[in-house]
Order: sequence, then structure tokens, then C-alpha cells
Amino acid sequence: MPAVQETVDRVRAVDVSEYKYGFSSDIESEKAAKGLNEDIIRFISAKKNEPSWLTGWRLSAYRRWLTLDEPRWAKVDYPKINYQDICYYSAPKSAARPKSLDEVDPELLKVYAKLGIPLREQEALAGIAPANRVAVDAVFDSVSVVTTFKEELARAGVIFCPISEAVQTHPELVRKYLGSVVPITDNFFATLNSAVFSDGSFVYVPPGVRCPMELSTYFRINERGTGQFERTLIIADKGSYVSYLEGCTAPKRDENQLHAAVVELIALDNAEIKYSTVQNWYPGDAAGRGGIYNFVTKRGDCRGVSAKISWTQVETGSAITWKYPSCILRGDHSRGEFYSIAISNGYQQVDSGTKMIHLGRHTTSRVISKGIAAGKSQNTYRGLISAHRKALGARNFTNCDSLLIGSSCAAHTVPYIESKTPTAQFEHEATTSKISEDQLFYCMQRGLSAEEATALIVNGFVRDVLQHLPMEFAVEAQKLIAISLEGSVG
Amino acid sequence: MLEVKNLNVSAGGRRILCDLNLTVRAGEVAAIMGPNGSGKSTLSYVIAGRKDYTVETGGIWLNGESILGDEPDIRAAKGLFLAFQHPIEIPGVTSLSFLKAALNAQRKQRGLDEISAPEFMKQVKAAAKTLGITQDMLKRALNVGFSGGERKRMDIFQMALLEPRFAILDETDSGLDIDALRVVASGINALRAPDRGFLVITHYQRLLDYVVPDTVHVMVRGKIVRSGGKDLAIELERNGYRDYAAEPAAA
Repeated sequence: MPAVQETVDRVRAVDVSEYKYGFSSDIESEKAAKGLNEDIIRFISAKKNEPSWLTGWRLSAYRRWLTLDEPRWAKVDYPKINYQDICYYSAPKSAARPKSLDEVDPELLKVYAKLGIPLREQEALAGIAPANRVAVDAVFDSVSVVTTFKEELARAGVIFCPISEAVQTHPELVRKYLGSVVPITDNFFATLNSAVFSDGSFVYVPPGVRCPMELSTYFRINERGTGQFERTLIIADKGSYVSYLEGCTAPKRDENQLHAAVVELIALDNAEIKYSTVQNWYPGDAAGRGGIYNFVTKRGDCRGVSAKISWTQVETGSAITWKYPSCILRGDHSRGEFYSIAISNGYQQVDSGTKMIHLGRHTTSRVISKGIAAGKSQNTYRGLISAHRKALGARNFTNCDSLLIGSSCAAHTVPYIESKTPTAQFEHEATTSKISEDQLFYCMQRGLSAEEATALIVNGFVRDVLQHLPMEFAVEAQKLIAISLEGSVG
Repeated sequence: MLEVKNLNVSAGGRRILCDLNLTVRAGEVAAIMGPNGSGKSTLSYVIAGRKDYTVETGGIWLNGESILGDEPDIRAAKGLFLAFQHPIEIPGVTSLSFLKAALNAQRKQRGLDEISAPEFMKQVKAAAKTLGITQDMLKRALNVGFSGGERKRMDIFQMALLEPRFAILDETDSGLDIDALRVVASGINALRAPDRGFLVITHYQRLLDYVVPDTVHVMVRGKIVRSGGKDLAIELERNGYRDYAAEPAAA
């Protein structure tokens, strides 16, 4: 575990309850008026110069949304959200979409540099050590500001661009796949997103192409009183492969900000999508004030035979997390995977897990979830494994482990298992443990401080999952874990 | 080197150590023997700084410096090592990475740079050979699935790498067969040095056949009731602790 020492240094360097990404930036922005109505939706659609079918799609989602109630079944508790008090569109003010980094507002570039996303360097280093390069799409409030490595990806035939751009340049693909995994009727938050989504990433990998680099999107909420509703659509055509990573941060605000994203993945025959998330939205302060409400719908559809979709997530931020990245295993022999580390501290509430819907024959899935609760937080794993009556020989293995730090937090595991075929084999394992005084004392006797000891024990606990993250992000995730747990000992 | 003066310790309202006095000089191997429940393990925990105990009065000095107010990790950095009666499992953390983290934490506390990877591996190889630590044990999660003997060897192996000034061995012999006992004992003997002290806690004289002590102390009901040379251990082995059982209980 080479990053342990680094983890430890980071813990030391940061004060308790210091959220590193908590700065806000003074960037002139163009905002819609607060509130939600058909005019606002038409305004957003017009801003993006969308075709009429998409405007109509948004409006039908909005009309549907008006008939829905917020879901209340999750184990999270928060005051009623006033949806008319949110601004649904905010964009950094600049004349047109920048053609290259030189045209990007330097203030914005500074923001991304602070976040540790060296966009400029990424592009400058093009051509050197191809394996280490990552193409980045950066979404600031409601719009995508810059996408790197576009040309090189285009040579491989890969389309990687803001979804608002894809609507213009590849309308046939967007129209074919948008809402095909998460329909506009899906759930309260997904429906809201369908009505007001502003930007997000679009990826299309053509048949037989192995995407030559990691694709990555960084999301940043900056503007006060703004919600973020991004929409990501990834299509891996037959026999292709793509690995995609998203990272998220937000400034420290004493208000709660709403984030309701939708991610749709489509894997056709023999295609593979690996989707990793390092979610570090502002979690609120030590007294539980502020923080992001993260209500996200992520779903992948293994639409072809032997397709594979793998979700890996490291969840450390947000005041409330409501998120269940799922797989529909439609194609025969398709495979779904879910690897999750969910850490909660302070007053954070996490209700997260996955759904593996086995429809095709001989479909397999694997779920490894590691929940870590500290402070006064609530950490729930909620998962559904189901097999359709035609899902002959479906197999699932689920392992949910919870680790408690201190005595004021709680971990909950709520597994749902539904099998309509006697040929399915579902296995479920779950454990709950506490970092014991014995372990802490033992580590400290060998010279580790209480914080170092906790970081080491937690890193050991999540090791199985960290292994599934792309290398460069595993290190980042390890640091993040240590930072999120600071102040949890003693 | 190690000085314990008038130490009174309680836990859960019960007095466990009573007016305990003990001095171990540099280069000395001192043994503490005593029946079950006499407070031997408590003494080792209190010296190492475990929180579950209340030190009512008295003090502990290491190399002339009071360590009573120090956290366990600071005491470790000052050169104190405790080999546990029951070494603890740390799932998911390999023995090797645990050791490196511990070693570097101590070095940092002492104001030294991190050890280089080649130097670390060199030291690991040397110590592993003496104690029969296999590559497999180094790569497995610390103490997870280890046999009793493997755990004890792993603890002594850690001691060899951390090179403490003063080491307490808490019933390191318990649960070891004779071959493992020999290996562990030779590991300890290899570390005996003029500037290093040992406190060996044991029930039986058996370990002391291999790790020959300079002094032997008998501890009963939280007190040192008798001190002597290595012959005292042999006498205890013959007569048991019954001679001391009649001593009146301390307040």
C-alpha cells in the first residue's frame, strides 16, 4: 500500500472539518430566474439551441414530474426542498463555447488547477506515455467548459463531448439512446433531470474500438442557489471498451444545494463499460449545516450478449446521498459489477447500493460494498438482486461489509432478493464490525498516531474495492478516504 | 533505563497495581513471574500507555524521562516496544506495509527521513531469515489466519525491525511449542545489547531456560513481593506461587 504514508501526511496537513475544495470562484455567470415552469424549460432548451423534439421531450418530463411525489423510502432525513427556490441554469459568461483552452476564462482554469485537474498540462503532454493520459471534460455549474484530447479521440472514432454539443453534431445517436435506459417516467429525480438537464458528457465508442485513454469528467457546482442536473450518456457499440471516471466537488455553502444527475450506459454485444466515480461534494459543516443533496440515478443496460458493465464508486461527500448505480442484464451471458466504498462522517446520510436485474440467460453479477460510518452519520446499503423467470442460470454474489468508527454512527444493510427462476444462484454475505480499541492500541504501540492507525485500518478494509479503480484514481481515493475520516478518532 | 515508582493503577474502580516499584537497567533482562490475575499484563499495558487504566499515583520513566503523559505512539517513538500476548489482526493490510508504515511513523516522530525501499527490504530479509518469517507471511494481511506461533514470531520480527530501546514481552511463550519457543527465544537473544533493556513477563520458567534473565521479580496481587536472580525462577517452578498466596491483599 504505497500511498499510506501520503494518506497520513494529508490527514495531518488538513484541519478538522476542512473541506479542501470549499473555495468558491468569482466568475461572471448567466443565470435563469429562480423557479421551475415551462418557460424556464423552454429558456434552457433555447439557450442550448435544441431541436424541437428535445424541447418536447423536456416538457413531457416536466408535466410528468408535476404528478410525482418525492420518494420517501430511503433512510435519509432532510427538510422539504423548495423546488421553486432553485436556479435551474447557470453558465459562466462567455460569448461562445471555447474552441481551445486558450479561449477559456483564465479564472475557470484556475478553479480546475485548484481542484487538481491540470487541463492545460494534460493537453501539453499529449503524445507522451499514452497509457497515463486522461481525456477530461469539465462541467462547471450547468455547462461543459472544456474537453481535452478531442482530436486524438476522434482519430480512434471515439466521440467524447458535452451532451449539448452531441445534440447538435450527433442528433441521431442522442435521440436513439437518450432516455432509453432511464426513461423520463423513471423516478421523481430522474424525471426532474430530464426536464431541466443542462449539460454533461456524451461518449460513443464505435464497434470494435478500444478507447485509447481513460475518459474523465469533473463536475463542479459553483454558483450559489444553483442546482446541478447533468446528464451523461455513454454508448459502447459492439465489441468496444471504454473506461470512464467522474469526479465531483462543490464550494462550502451554508445552504443545501441540489444535485440530481442521470447517467445512462449502454453496452451492446461483447462491449464493456467501466464507470468509476470519486464523489466528493461538500458534505456540510461539523454541525450538519449546508452540503449537497445528491439524488442521482445511474443505470447501465447490457443490451447485447456478453456485454459487461462495471460500476466502481468512492462516495465521501454530500450531506445526503441517494444513489443506486444499477445494471440491467438483458443480453445473454452479460455481466454486471458494483464495487462501492461509501464513507460517512459528521451528520452525513448515505443510502446507496445497487440493483442487478437479471433478464438474460446465464447472466452474472457481483456486488462488493464497503460502508464506513463515523461521527453521527447514517450509512445504509440498499440493494436489489432479481432474476426474471427467463434468466436461466443467473448468478449473483453479494458481499456487504460495514465498519463503524465511534459509537454515535449507524450502519444498515437492506438487501432485497427476488428470484423467479429456480435455476438462479444468489449468494449474500454481510458483516458489520467496529474498529476495536485493541486494533488502535496495537497500531499506536507500533508508532502510528490515532489518525494514521484509523486510516491504515480503513484502507485495509476497502482494499478489495480500491483495486478496481484505475491506478491513478486509486491513490486519489485513498487520500480522500483519510481526509473524510479526520476528526473521527479520539 | 525503565523506572516504575510507587505505581497505583485501577480499572473499573478496582485497584490492580499497588505501590509497584521496579527498575530495569540498560542491558538487563528482567523477568516478572506471577500467578494469573496478578496484574502482569496490566503493568505492560500501563507502561505502553493503554487508555483503559487510571494511574492514581506514581510514575514511569524511560531513560530518565517521564512517559506517563505520552500517547502510545509517542512512547513507541521513544523506543518502547510491547510484544503482545495476543497480537491483533489487521485485515487488508499486509504485514509488510504495516511494518513500513510503523517504521516510518517512528522515524518521522524522531525527525528522520523515511526509510528507502531497498534499505527496508534489506532489513526485512535479514530479520525474516532469523525468525523463519516466510514471503507468504509478509504478503498476507497482518496476523489474519496466522497460527499462534506465527503471530508471536511476527511480533518478535517487528521488534527486530523497529529496534526498540526497551522491550516488554508479554507472555510471548504462551501457546508456543518447543520448536517455536526456540526460534522466538533466539530472536530475542539476538537483540540483547548493552544499551537495550527487556522486561519478560511469563507464567512459567520454561522461556527463561532460553532467554536467561539477569533478575527475576515475583508479582502477586499487583505488587512485587520478591526479587532475586535467575535461581528464583527455578525455585518458583518447583514450589509454585503458594508461598506468596498467604500475603494479605493490598488495600
